[in-house]
This record gives sequence, structure tokens and C-alpha cells, in this order.
Amino acid sequence: MNTATASRYTAEYQTIASVLPGQNLPWLQTLRSEALEQFSAQGFPSPREEEWRYTNVSGIEKKLFSPSVDLTTIDINADWLKAYRLEDAWVLVLVNGHFSAELSVLEGLPEAVTVMGMAEALAKQPDTVEKYLGKGADQSEHSFIAFNTAWFTDGLFVHVPAKLVLDRPIQLLHIVTGSDAMATTRNIVIADALAEAKVIETFISRDGVYAANLSGTDAALGQDSAYLTAAVTEVFVGKNADVTLYKLQSESEKAYHFGGCYVKQARDARFTHHNFAFGGLLARSDIHVDLDHASECELNGLYLGIKRQHLDNHTRINHLKPHAISRELYKGVLDDRARGVFQGRVIVSEDAQKTDSQMNNRNLLLSDDAEADTKPQLEIYADDVKCAHGVTVGQLDEKSIFYLQSRCVDEETARNMLTFAFANEMVDKVKIKSLHDKVLEQVLVRFPQQGVNKEWL
Amino acid sequence: MLSIKNLTVNVNDKQILKGINLEIKAGEIHAIMGPNGSGKSTLSHVLSGKGGYTVTGGSATYQGKDLLEMAPEIRAREGVFLAFQYPVEIPGVSNIYLLKAALNSIRKHHGQPEVDAMDFLTLVKEKVRLLEMDEKFLYRAVNEGFSGGEKKRNEILQMAILEPKLCIMDETDSGLDIDALKIVSEGVNSLRSPERSFVMVTHYQRLLDYIKPDFVHVLAHGQIVKSGGAELALELEEKGYSWVEEAVA
Ligand SMILES: Nc1ncnc2c1ncn2[C@@H]1O[C@H](COP(=O)(O)OP(=O)(O)O)[C@@H](O)[C@H]1O
Ligand SMILES: [Mg+2]
Repeated sequence: MNTATASRYTAEYQTIASVLPGQNLPWLQTLRSEALEQFSAQGFPSPREEEWRYTNVSGIEKKLFSPSVDLTTIDINADWLKAYRLEDAWVLVLVNGHFSAELSVLEGLPEAVTVMGMAEALAKQPDTVEKYLGKGADQSEHSFIAFNTAWFTDGLFVHVPAKLVLDRPIQLLHIVTGSDAMATTRNIVIADALAEAKVIETFISRDGVYAANLSGTDAALGQDSAYLTAAVTEVFVGKNADVTLYKLQSESEKAYHFGGCYVKQARDARFTHHNFAFGGLLARSDIHVDLDHASECELNGLYLGIKRQHLDNHTRINHLKPHAISRELYKGVLDDRARGVFQGRVIVSEDAQKTDSQMNNRNLLLSDDAEADTKPQLEIYADDVKCAHGVTVGQLDEKSIFYLQSRCVDEETARNMLTFAFANEMVDKVKIKSLHDKVLEQVLVRFPQQGVNKEWL
Repeated sequence: MLSIKNLTVNVNDKQILKGINLEIKAGEIHAIMGPNGSGKSTLSHVLSGKGGYTVTGGSATYQGKDLLEMAPEIRAREGVFLAFQYPVEIPGVSNIYLLKAALNSIRKHHGQPEVDAMDFLTLVKEKVRLLEMDEKFLYRAVNEGFSGGEKKRNEILQMAILEPKLCIMDETDSGLDIDALKIVSEGVNSLRSPERSFVMVTHYQRLLDYIKPDFVHVLAHGQIVKSGGAELALELEEKGYSWVEEAVA
């Protein structure tokens, strides 16, 4: 059959299909072909879909980003990489969607813990992967997930066995090189009962301006490359287990980024997510969490938009069983013509009595042309619950500016101080020192620093 | 120190101050009393440079310079300090950082080097003790989550460290219990010097039991309707504001 497809990408699929991992796994081949079919029929999500109404990704169809088949032609400077690798973490590096053993640092992992590339996991423990892949992310949700399932080339596979507490974080470092590239990765993080793990997802571009800023070189704006990242992460937090996931998105200024994180929490499980959306021309994050009995989740987010960036954050918290707790705080700082989107849904099912949920979104607009769209949604089907939500969109508070001026601080510095203080509340929630400092450095690169001293941050 | 001549001020096209005249010499303490809405905070704000007020006439000269021409931070660096009636919470900026930033910008303004870190800490701790505050307030965000009384104490702490020349205190006594009022008053009294002047804005006389003013002025409907010595405050306490208000009505 050869029906018309909604996307140019479908025609390109055959160029890569034969080199995707898991060729010998019938279950995966079935999954991939179903996904391809779904994607072909729908194309990328359209603003006509309610959950994409603020975000138009048609730019991806105008370009034609291509996946890379392997790593043979890619050059990554080891010194450059040092600036992004956390020194106190195990680091798994993906370049254009492929695991690089050479660039990764995985020595000293406890034997019982599995940390490997997804392609390797599909070869070495396909039965375990089969149990989880596609069980966290629902393909019918939207076609980016289907796209990811069909196209993924590699990713991260983490399995922490019961009761094991990882004392160092695992960093997943996504690097994209060159223009018109496409990196599609699928990650699975499993923490069995009572296990504890911290995972840090970092997205960078080798050729970004912003990368150059941090490493001290002065790249011209024009060098920033356009590419597509589409990463899907499925997280399974076992009974009483504790997982913290950090996402530091610092893609190039012209990049398209889709990152979805889909979490299943068992009874009494705890999950914390920190979402730093700094890069990309158009970046969309999905974080969906399913909460079982008495489990807890905390979702934190900070999006900093400048120039013409469009940063969309979409969260969904499903309270499925009684006594679960959810806390959410997203903050946005938007300058120039940037646009920030927050769509936060909390769904409390009939069965989820004694739910305790708080959702907040606060936006700071630094220019008249900046825009924030915020849409919190509460859907409550149980009667004995405590749910609160609040949103604000505003400018810096004039009273605060005057107070600082009356304490000798000039107006410009006062504005910078207040902007940083606003953003820094989210940075301060990062308790891993090396990561905290990297996040802070990136916040500082993005806004005028004059008069702002790191000492008070 | 400060000379205010026939100052008239509008807010949203409504005249709030209707010709204020006030002469304050170095070392003097002036109390400005008046009922709610008489314009006390407006006067304090205009002197410290807050936006939203339109000066429609008159002048304010501070140490020979046109005060009303200066940006708020320049006034502050030149030694004008406003202790706010409602101190503002600044989440994310620590108290001690703001103190240091403020002190250093005053020093820079006067061509002095930055304060030595150890000297600064010693100074701050001494003043914290003077105001019987907990040192942990230094490391908390400015005024965030402070009680009303703690905020007022924090204002006086800043004043004690920055050593301004003209201290304008807007209703510093409100929100203070009697013990806190004594501590704050002692703090203020310890700052009294022949080079420093105070303008104490208050609704009640009780602060003046602890900080004795040289002059008392009664503000009503945007005008100073009566001036006198410390005894005027007692008279107001006894008779209320109506008799002075009636005088202008
Ligand atoms: N921003 C404003 N807009 C309109 N009216 C104001 C504003 N600020 C003060 N006023 C008015 O000015 C008058 C004096 O206020 P204020 O100076 O705060 O008095 P006080 O401090 O003596 O209680 C009041 O009538 C008040 O309503
Ligand atoms: Mg007042």
C-alpha cells in the first residue's frame, strides 16, 4: 500500500531503517513499523491539537534533517567536551544519536548496576528492554513519540537494582554536530524498589554560539547550526524508590528540540524533575508522571528565552491512586521577542482521594515584545482532595526596584539583580554542586550581568 | 542639611502636598506627625526619589544641592536614607549581600576603596548585636518572611551600617511591640551625632518617648499646620488631631 503521507520524513525512513538497532528483535520491528505507520498518517503535531496549540513545529517539515548512520566521520575535541562533562558523574555520551564509548566515562560503576547505550542493551538484554520500552510513553499521545519509536538510533539504558543507592549521578550528554543533523534517542531509566538514582540529561551542540561563549571563544552568530533533537525518556520508579532527573537543554540557537519524559511511579515512590530550558529556536518539553498510592513527585522548571526563542513546557501529572503528593513550580524569564509556554495539567482520578497537589507558573517579561502563554488545568474527579494552582505573568516589581535604589543600587543593576534572583530560585534547587555551577554559568551567559555578583547568587 | 521650600506634589493630578516648608539643620531631630492620609509617606517618598509623584512647585535642597534632581540611588549614596513604612521583600537577594553592595557603592561614590571583608563582617555583627537580631537574618533574603517588627528592625540595621547623614524614618514605630520599640530607639539614639539629622514620621507620640525630638511638626491635608517643640507631641496625644485639622479646614 502506498497512501499519501503527512510528512516528508517517511520517504527518507528507508535510508536508515536497515541500520537501526534491534533488527533481529521481532517485537521491536513490530513496534517500529506501527510507529512509522502512525507517524506517516499524522505527520508532526499540528497547532490544531489542543496540546500543541501554542507551538507550531512546521519548520521541521520545511527543512529535512537527516539522521547519521554511525560515528565514523564525527570529530569531538576532548578538551572542549571537558567543559560539559560533570567530573563527579558517570557520563554516557551520545553524538548525533549514537553512543560513543570513547568519550564516555563509566569506570567504577557498581557491578549490579547497568548503564549502557540503548543499542547495546537491545543486543545484550533484549528481554529486559522489551518489558519497558513503550510502556512509559504512550505512542498514541502524539506523533513525536511515534516518530521517536520509529527512528531512534540509540540512547541510554539504566537499571538500578533494588535497594542500591547510586552515590554519583549518571550524566547523559547529547551532542549534535553540524547542520541539518537529526538525533533521535530513546532512553530508559529503571530504579527497582528502594533504589536511588540521579540522572542528568544535557543537550548541547558542538557548533553553537552559546557553546563557544562558555568555552571562551567568540563564534559568529551565523555558525549556529539548525538541527533536530527528538529524545524520549521513559522512567520507572519502583516501590519506595527515589529518582531525580535533571534536564539541561542548551541546544544551539537554531535547533529544534523535542524532549519527552514519561514517568511511572509505583507505590511510595519519589520522583523529582528539574527542567532547565535555555537553548533552541523552538524547544518543547513534555513531562508526564503517573502517581500510584502515596507516591510523590516534584516538577521544577526554568525557561529563559531571548531573541526569537520559543520554549514550550508541557506537564501532566496523573493522580491515579489515593494519598499521592505533587508539587510543581515553573518559572519563565522572557526577553526580546521570545515566547514561553506553560501548559500544566493535573488530573485527579476518581480513585485518588486525599490527593495533595500544588501547581505554580510564574513568568517575568523583560520586553514589550516578549510573550508568555500559561494554561494550568485541573481536572478533579475525586471529592476529598487538596489542589491549588496559581499563575502570574508580569514585569519586574517597581517597588522592589525603588527599594534597591534607595539602598544605593542603580536602576540597571537593580533590574539585573531582581531578574537573577527570580531565576536563581530554580537554580538553587539543584543540590549537585558541579551541576549547580554549570546551570548558574548558563543563566549568567544569557542575561546582562552588570552589577550582578556571583557571591549573592 | 535639608531645606524644603514651598514644596507642592501631585499624585495622578491630585495635589497631595500643598506647600511644605521645612528647615532641618545638622544634628537635629524633627518629628512629623499627622493623621493617616495627611501626606507623611508622600513627603518621605518624594525626598528619597520614588517614582509616581510629580513635583509641581517648590524645592528641596540637601547639603546645598538640588535633591529633587538626583536619581534615588545618588541621594542614597549622598547620605539620604529612608526607613520604609512598608519594607519590601526581595526574594533571592540576601540581606548581607545588599548591605555590602550598598556600603561599597557609597564608598565608591566618595572615592574610597571597597570595604575589607573581615572589617565588614565585624561591623555587621556589632550592629546585629546592637539591635538584638539573630545573625541568621543576615543570610536570609531581604525582608522575605520577616514579621512586621523584624522588617522594621532590619531597616534600622541597614541605617546603622550605612551611616547616612539624613535619616528619614517613616512610621518606624508601627508594628513594634514595646520591647522592640525600646531596642530600635536605642539603635537610633546610638546614631545621634552633630553631623546627622533625623526626620521621624509618626502617627503616635509613643516613639517620641524614647527618641526625643527637637522639633515637632503637624502635617494635615498636605500642609504643615503647626510646629513646636517636643511638648507639641504631648498636646497632640492628649487632644487628638482634630483641633489642628480644624485649624486648616
Ligand atoms: N499612588 C497614589 N495614588 C493616589 N493617591 C495616593 C497615592 N499615594 C498616596 N495617595 C493619597 O495621598 C494622600 C496621602 O497619602 P500618604 O502620603 O500615604 O499619607 P500618610 O503617610 O500620611 O498616611 C492620601 O489621601 C492618599 O490616598
Ligand atoms: Mg504613611
